[in-house]
Amino acid sequence: MSWTALVVLSAGAYAFKLAGVVAGERFADRLAPVTTLLPAALFSALVVTMAMADGPSLVVDARLIGVAAGVLAVTRRAPMVVVIMVAMAVTALVRVVA
Amino acid sequence: MSLIQRPHRRDGLVLAVACGLIGLPYGVLADSAGLTMAQAVALSVFTFAGSSQFAYVSVIGGGGNPAAAVGGALLLAARNALYGPVVTPVLRGGAFRRAVAAQFLTDETAAMASAQDDPTDARDAFWFTGLAIMSLWVAGTVAGVLLGGNLDDPGAWGLDAAFPAAFVALLVPHLATRAGRVTALIGAVVALVAVPTTPAGAPILLAALAVGPGMAVAARRRSL
Repeated sequence: MSWTALVVLSAGAYAFKLAGVVAGERFADRLAPVTTLLPAALFSALVVTMAMADGPSLVVDARLIGVAAGVLAVTRRAPMVVVIMVAMAVTALVRVVA
Repeated sequence: MSLIQRPHRRDGLVLAVACGLIGLPYGVLADSAGLTMAQAVALSVFTFAGSSQFAYVSVIGGGGNPAAAVGGALLLAARNALYGPVVTPVLRGGAFRRAVAAQFLTDETAAMASAQDDPTDARDAFWFTGLAIMSLWVAGTVAGVLLGGNLDDPGAWGLDAAFPAAFVALLVPHLATRAGRVTALIGAVVALVAVPTTPAGAPILLAALAVGPGMAVAARRRSL
């Protein structure tokens, strides 16, 4: 296994990160209205893709039921550790039962 | 102040433990794809982007072309560019410190920083979460490589539900305004539509477009 691909991947991944930080500093004022809303868009997209995507398909499985239980825990203002453990426990349980 | 008395530190540590656990299957996969321990760990330290690393070792392990594997992994890493402008307002320090901070940009550190109301908490959440995740992610990688095929399927523990559930909690502070709720809803719909039709990584990038309608909502509220 060669190191070349790993170096290119690491350098590329860092370039994206650094570009964002540099842009954030240079255009802070102009980007402010965008950056206020960007987390809402990105984290909600992450939630639905991590909960439902299986490669290029969308699936409804034990994982989604577990995440739904986690949402319920969030609405009850549970701390994050509880939210995560509820989601994992329900997912694992549904897998055992199903 | 004790190490984890503050809620954001407790949450950061919980996320780091989850990352450590998910580091195990990454290490297993890296090992079976033919990466050495040094290579698997180097990716965890220097690429430091979980979904990109999983994508890379999956393609390599499946006998795929390294250039295609790197390309796919970089598409997944591209969203970290969007996190820069989100966290830079709370970061401090000179060019070197910011260059180091860039390496610690991940979904988790950006979400933890942007979920805090207080800028001091946000800065602390970013660095604490970043350092905790780096430590446990690398530890998980090492353990995964050592364990190799002797590891149970992490799906059996429900670990795949841990991260979406955690990000639900981290999303909540961004749903306080109507503009935030509209942005989140459109972002989710765009991502779901994009999953079957675009390569992995693209759905999250496309979801960023939801900021447009969100800004329109915010502007209309102001003009009323």
